[in-house]
Amino acid sequence: MSQLIFEQSQPNRCAPTQMPFDFISDKAVDLPESSLRTTKPLLPEVSESQVVRHYTNLSKQLFSVDTHFYPLGSCTMKYNPHIMHQLASLPGFLNRHPLSLEEHGQGFLACLFELQEILKAVTGMAGVSLTPMAGAQGEFAGIAMIRKYHESRHDHERTEIIVPDSAHGTNPSSATMCGYTVKEIPTLSNGDLDLDTLKKAVGPQTAGIMLTNPSTLGVFERHIQKVAEIVHNAGGLLYYDGANLNAILGKVRPGDMNFDVMHINLHKTFGTPHGGGGPGAGPVAVNKRLLPFLPVPYVEKADEDYRWITETKATQSIGQLSAFMGNAGVLLRAYIYTRLLGPEGMPRVAEFACLNSNYMKKRFEQLGFNVDLPERRASHEFIISMKDQAERYHVTAMDYAKRLLDYGYHAPTVYFPLIVPECMLIEPTETETKETLDQFIDTMEKIKQEAMTNPEIVQKAPHTTPLKRLDAVKAARELNLVYTPTS
Amino acid sequence: MPFIPHTENDVHAMLETIGIRSINELFDEIPSELLIDQLPAIPKALNEMQIARLMKSRAKQDENSLCFIGAGAYEHHIPAAVWDIAGRVEYMTAYTPYQPEASQGELQLLYEYQTMMASLTGMDVSNASLYDGASAVAEAILMAIRSNRQCQAKRVLIPTTLNPLYRKTIQTIVSKQAIELIDVPFDEKTGRITVEAIDKIVTQEFAALVIPQPNFFGLLGDVDALTDWAHQRQALVVAVVNPMTLALLKEPGLWGEKGADIACGDAQPFGIPLSSGGPYLGFLCCKNEHVRQMPGRVVGKTTDVDGKTGYLLTLQAREQHIRRSKATSNICSNQGLMAVAATIYLSLLGPKGLKRVAAASHQKTMLLAEKATKLKGVEVLFHGHYFHEIVLQLPQSAKYIVQEMADSQIEAGLALGDFYPGLDNALLVCCTETKTEEDINKYIECLKQALKNKTFSK
Repeated sequence: MSQLIFEQSQPNRCAPTQMPFDFISDKAVDLPESSLRTTKPLLPEVSESQVVRHYTNLSKQLFSVDTHFYPLGSCTMKYNPHIMHQLASLPGFLNRHPLSLEEHGQGFLACLFELQEILKAVTGMAGVSLTPMAGAQGEFAGIAMIRKYHESRHDHERTEIIVPDSAHGTNPSSATMCGYTVKEIPTLSNGDLDLDTLKKAVGPQTAGIMLTNPSTLGVFERHIQKVAEIVHNAGGLLYYDGANLNAILGKVRPGDMNFDVMHINLHKTFGTPHGGGGPGAGPVAVNKRLLPFLPVPYVEKADEDYRWITETKATQSIGQLSAFMGNAGVLLRAYIYTRLLGPEGMPRVAEFACLNSNYMKKRFEQLGFNVDLPERRASHEFIISMKDQAERYHVTAMDYAKRLLDYGYHAPTVYFPLIVPECMLIEPTETETKETLDQFIDTMEKIKQEAMTNPEIVQKAPHTTPLKRLDAVKAARELNLVYTPTS
Repeated sequence: MPFIPHTENDVHAMLETIGIRSINELFDEIPSELLIDQLPAIPKALNEMQIARLMKSRAKQDENSLCFIGAGAYEHHIPAAVWDIAGRVEYMTAYTPYQPEASQGELQLLYEYQTMMASLTGMDVSNASLYDGASAVAEAILMAIRSNRQCQAKRVLIPTTLNPLYRKTIQTIVSKQAIELIDVPFDEKTGRITVEAIDKIVTQEFAALVIPQPNFFGLLGDVDALTDWAHQRQALVVAVVNPMTLALLKEPGLWGEKGADIACGDAQPFGIPLSSGGPYLGFLCCKNEHVRQMPGRVVGKTTDVDGKTGYLLTLQAREQHIRRSKATSNICSNQGLMAVAATIYLSLLGPKGLKRVAAASHQKTMLLAEKATKLKGVEVLFHGHYFHEIVLQLPQSAKYIVQEMADSQIEAGLALGDFYPGLDNALLVCCTETKTEEDINKYIECLKQALKNKTFSK
């Protein structure tokens, strides 16, 4: 592996042009001794060119959408248009302090207001708050609104959130953070929810249900209206996990499916870059009955002026989720993306995401892969299971994933959803060419042949990356989270 | 269509493979009454040139002024190399490093980030980032309650000198779990909380004490005494710090006899632009004994099958994708790219540069205060030691002065009246190393004018 930046450090080396000149002393002479630092922090002492070379070289040991096909299911790794970064980085946007006066932010606020309106239109909801900083925070905000809604009606008996067994881990976790207990319900073998179980599961204790539609199994819940009816009749509300919105953008709206509240992952559906783990943004959209509870702040237009609505005006709001207004830079990028797509571009996203996915699913099926739910239409993603290969040749989904790295592909999501054994969740997105899909399919077929004739090459993959397979057990057992200098 | 590469031939071939005649058939499992065929409320598509023109005119509208606001977001110089490198497509367009063999660059960088943050705060370990400072404190409080096994009460003490925007966020995030937040008021003369005062108010058992240093007013408190006081009562100490100040101020790990247990806050000052409030960089560091209660991603060192050193996401059994409803937090996406920027920033500044930036920021704030208090009726509000940020007491409404000075393109600071009833004339001001003496003089001149205007208008 590369040397750590600390290992390149030499005492008293530095980057002089980065230092302020016009200061009096490098101490805070006016402060009591007892409040001052006496130790030297472990920061590298290196030159500017060393820093640049080190971190540039590290960046080369990284798969990304701009460099690799990245069919990571459930994550919608589509092309992130470069113009978004350039325009969101204009000095007028970057240099504005969050507590600057509203009149010094009218350009910024106009973008946010219009983004709110666009998201309302595309979700079929009545109101939007852009403030949640990621999908999981959007989930938290959404469930907190459900809670506040029940409380506002003095309905204090509702203690349970229903979550299907195919849900993202964030769903049950967000429900817990909102003080709810989680009831898990099974999915039928045809991919739809088990309505009979649902009917038995709901009751006066039901606060709501969290659903991803299309689900993480890559199929649309065909009885969604029935599901909504059952939950609503029991007095519960419906939460839409927007992780898979890309599959239905501009075709079906969660509001029309009778969902009450949802979040949108802008870093998925609206093309903002994922930054190697974040920042994301998880705006929430609600129907009329949850409007009063939206998290603050959000933007209102009064005559020609844009202004923040805070809890002074939104007195029933669930409150603030961050110190300021959320991940502004991500929101600007998403706004730019929506303006580039326009009303015709939105449904094309879903159409071509689903075309790519169904095409791949069919070809895998034709090649004899064990495709999950072959009788169903795929959404923008689909599952293949490596259970047979694992049993017959001892080559697992993880082995396939690692071998794909050798061939220059980021691996699909593996072992999720939890209910399909040895699964790979493949999401090509709409921005990939047919050639890329074909090459990927050919590679998977090649790995399948390898698994039959030379399983070891797959089991021991990757071979071409800077490192071979890493020891996760050791990492957890001999915990080493920070560098300690040896001398 | 934007960003869709398919030719007509591609579409035909793909439909044929699938065995359907049109793309619309792909949606035939969806009840037909749910399908929509247009989105009238969405403005029509622009091309790149048009959107550039629109965004440039909007950004231009917001370009202005000399900023003297701090209050949790700080304008420091950002070296050109920070975003030249952090903005590289590899960092920018990767996902969370789930496949470590394909993500060593990101993982090694985060390991370096964790090392720097742990060392700055004097803690043993750091996670790989949270959303922002406010939500990081909320997570730290939840973590402290889980981690403090000696205390049954889900009760946490929070001084009102903690950033009020953070306090609001904490309220939103932790209140659903039957956690009681006790406000500890500050002394009106000194603007701080003291052991004597807090001892009188607090009679019940509590799981943790939150200590901001410097506090929201920029004042330094007796963190050693407060830490020891909390520890004697079997409570944990959550330090909330601006990490830039730790170049000069004592690190939380050395507060009192045993040191704080968790240190958190916002690392935005490390190379991250103000950008109207985000994305910023929540950080959370702690002592070893609490590591398994940490929220969020953590990178650990290990070896590959050949014994070569490598890095991966570890302790995943705490996280939502494994533990689901029993996870330490629901956080999934964090602020990875911001951690990349902060790591590059800290490497460029090094221990010496960071110290100078902190010292310059502090000294310039003091210079501004010195000059301002020469104006008639302007005083420093609280008595005590300030660092890097200060509260000026004006002879009239601070809100009015802020508005007046804004007309001259100066963001004068934050008027405290909206957050602290009774402090209507108080103005929280911050200088960083980016302000020259000329800027400060301009500020003073403008403040003088604003104070005069008011007198005339009376």
